Amino acid sequence: MLYREAGQFKASYAADQAIFPITQDRVAVIAVLLIAYLGVPFIQGDYWFEAILLPLLIFALAAIGLNILTGYCGQISLGTGGFLAVGAYSTYKLMTAFPDLNILLIFILAGLITAGVGILFGLPSLRIKGFYLAVATLAAQFFLVWLFNKVPWFYNYHPSGNIEAPPREAFGFLITGAEATPQVRYVVILIFVTLLTLAAKNLVRGRIGRSWMAIRDMDIAAEIIGIRPLQTKLLAFAISSFYIGVAGAMMFSMWLGSVETEAFQLFVSFDVLFMIIIGGLGSLLGSFLGAGFILLLPIVLTNLFVGGLGFTANFAKHVEFMLFGGLIIFFLIVEPHGLARLWQITKEKLRLWPFPH
Amino acid sequence: MSVRKLTLGLVSAAVLTAPILATKAQAADEIFIPLLVYRSGAYAPNGIPIANGFRDYFDLLNKRDGGVGGAKIVWEECEFAYNTKVGVECYERLKAKKPVIVNPYSTGLTYKLIPKAPVDKVPILSMGYGRTAAADGRVFPWVFNFPTTYWSQASAFVKYVGAQEGGMGKLKGKKIALVYHNSAYGKEPIPTLQALEKKHGFKLTLLAVDHPGQEQKATWLQIRRLRPDWIFMWGWGVMNQVAIKEAAAIGYPMDHFIGVWWSGTETDVVPAGAGAKGYKAGTFHGAGPGYKAHEDILKLVYGGDVGKAQDNKWGEVLYNRGMMNAVYSIEAIRTAQKKFGVKVPTGEQVRWGLENLDLTAARLKEIGLDGFTKPVKVSCRDHETAGPVMIQQWDGHQWEFVSDWISPMTDVVRPMLEEAAASYAKENNITPRSCN
Repeated sequence: MLYREAGQFKASYAADQAIFPITQDRVAVIAVLLIAYLGVPFIQGDYWFEAILLPLLIFALAAIGLNILTGYCGQISLGTGGFLAVGAYSTYKLMTAFPDLNILLIFILAGLITAGVGILFGLPSLRIKGFYLAVATLAAQFFLVWLFNKVPWFYNYHPSGNIEAPPREAFGFLITGAEATPQVRYVVILIFVTLLTLAAKNLVRGRIGRSWMAIRDMDIAAEIIGIRPLQTKLLAFAISSFYIGVAGAMMFSMWLGSVETEAFQLFVSFDVLFMIIIGGLGSLLGSFLGAGFILLLPIVLTNLFVGGLGFTANFAKHVEFMLFGGLIIFFLIVEPHGLARLWQITKEKLRLWPFPH
Repeated sequence: MSVRKLTLGLVSAAVLTAPILATKAQAADEIFIPLLVYRSGAYAPNGIPIANGFRDYFDLLNKRDGGVGGAKIVWEECEFAYNTKVGVECYERLKAKKPVIVNPYSTGLTYKLIPKAPVDKVPILSMGYGRTAAADGRVFPWVFNFPTTYWSQASAFVKYVGAQEGGMGKLKGKKIALVYHNSAYGKEPIPTLQALEKKHGFKLTLLAVDHPGQEQKATWLQIRRLRPDWIFMWGWGVMNQVAIKEAAAIGYPMDHFIGVWWSGTETDVVPAGAGAKGYKAGTFHGAGPGYKAHEDILKLVYGGDVGKAQDNKWGEVLYNRGMMNAVYSIEAIRTAQKKFGVKVPTGEQVRWGLENLDLTAARLKEIGLDGFTKPVKVSCRDHETAGPVMIQQWDGHQWEFVSDWISPMTDVVRPMLEEAAASYAKENNITPRSCN
């Protein structure tokens, strides 16, 4: 009833090519953005920011990065943890080597460095495909983490190998370090995530995105119609790594503040991969939904069990493991194409509601 | 469809109730202490006894004395499986309940919380772990790591080995291997050992074991080839028992194998069976349930049921350590209560209490821990107190003390530590406070 596109006519090319062609969608997205920018920063208390919003946005960005590579270009990668680490450690090196450099610029530079590393590890993708490529990217994961653990230059010869984000300002606001308020950090991350999501949306629906999808769907056919696999695949690796690198930079400097390589172990790569599988491969919305599912469900379950039902902490944890696994399987059976597809089906049903026939 | 609706309903109900539950306020006469525990995952074998030690001591005080200074002790456990990211969520959730002190029990989490402590006004007591440089109270007013630190312990180990070899001069040319957890925690002793290597002329070999440490075949193959005279181990969780089993399997003389104080509890040695006999570890307090406080816990917490108490690791080394950490926290709170004349001190007041903590032998006797550990006196400048270390040895059934209290080499450790603190201060634009 409310969600109906009848009467909305596209009178120009611009209207026809809009990201959200349906007015209701557009209104909803603008409303969400308005709340995110103007409402949320006024929430008091650190819990919502530190435990929920910051990790949600950061991991959503990493998931978008992996989705570009895996969801759109069809190259499976298990190196996400390693690329996050590249983003984090290059941020640290840049922050300490050039204290006067604007921190926002450092994030971009860290992303570019990660993109370079991504291209390097993307080279094997020209020869190997599918699961074999996953194994090759696994090498990136292990090599990079090993490197940051082994070479003391990366952590400035600190005795414990830990890297810590020193306080830095941008435009008069303290945005890294312990004294930076979570609200400010949230807004900075939100700006990055909004801009990068918009960029990703325009990439994937343009020429580049179409060539990625052509490679994904059948690389020989794509080659025959004139798409060059070398450039296309490496571009996907580069852009994907750029997103993941920026996510790693923000994860280190604006969320955790202090990390060691333990934070970038293999299970992080799996987490991000699960985010896009559950959220929806080849969907930007899916990246957000998947990140929300993987990050928030355990927190919700813990709060429910410990706070609501009074279980002991460890019993709740074990129940949570089982329930979490069960829910993943449940959602994959109900909708193997991910939460984004579920949302799409809901929208289609809503169009007819309340008179389906 | 109905199942789906039900699930969605449950999830949304949970989402809505979560924040309400998270901000439940404390009653007037209650002191809240958050307990960040890990009873699951690769580090559970060590996490469980510590968590039980804390819980039982608080429970005892509530039952026997009605809490501390007339205020009841309230605690809540949050399971984080030694994962720093989950630990952050735990800390933020429990922070809403106005904690007066936090014991993170994870090096990664301690590092993460150190810069936050002055902002949140919650003092950190990282008892014998965490950032060693925090011992410099001028740079780290909110962090305490008494009674002693990794660097002090490493120097005490070298001293012990020197004594065993018949004098520090005999260390020259000896081979010492360090088997360490490849993380911030495991890397802590390396600079100290390297400095001592230069000074005393022994040969140090570093052997890293990656998280979680279940696979160590390569490491122990290297040890077989190297044949070191002594092995030091900085291990945690599952890594400990695997290492001890591997050492026994290659027939390494166990009495030349010394673990850090986090690698010397019953759960670490029991799985290796008779092979673990002779294994040594550092410690800074008594082992076993032979103290009056243990008796009280048995009586009041477990109703005299020895079997149930033992199931809960009562009297094991790490249980005792959790209990000792609880004692320190409580005594600091008591100090703060006395000074400020309040029942429920704030985090700032407890910070003062920690800094002015003077736990004398007489006081230890009063709380039923006569001779359990050395007295501790913290000061503004010295948050470590460079307490002495003892070596304990596993005889197949229980831990025995095989050394006197060994004082660390303060002359080597303290300057390194102050240098590390100064470089932290510089990197983070902190002006060290004056302690005169």
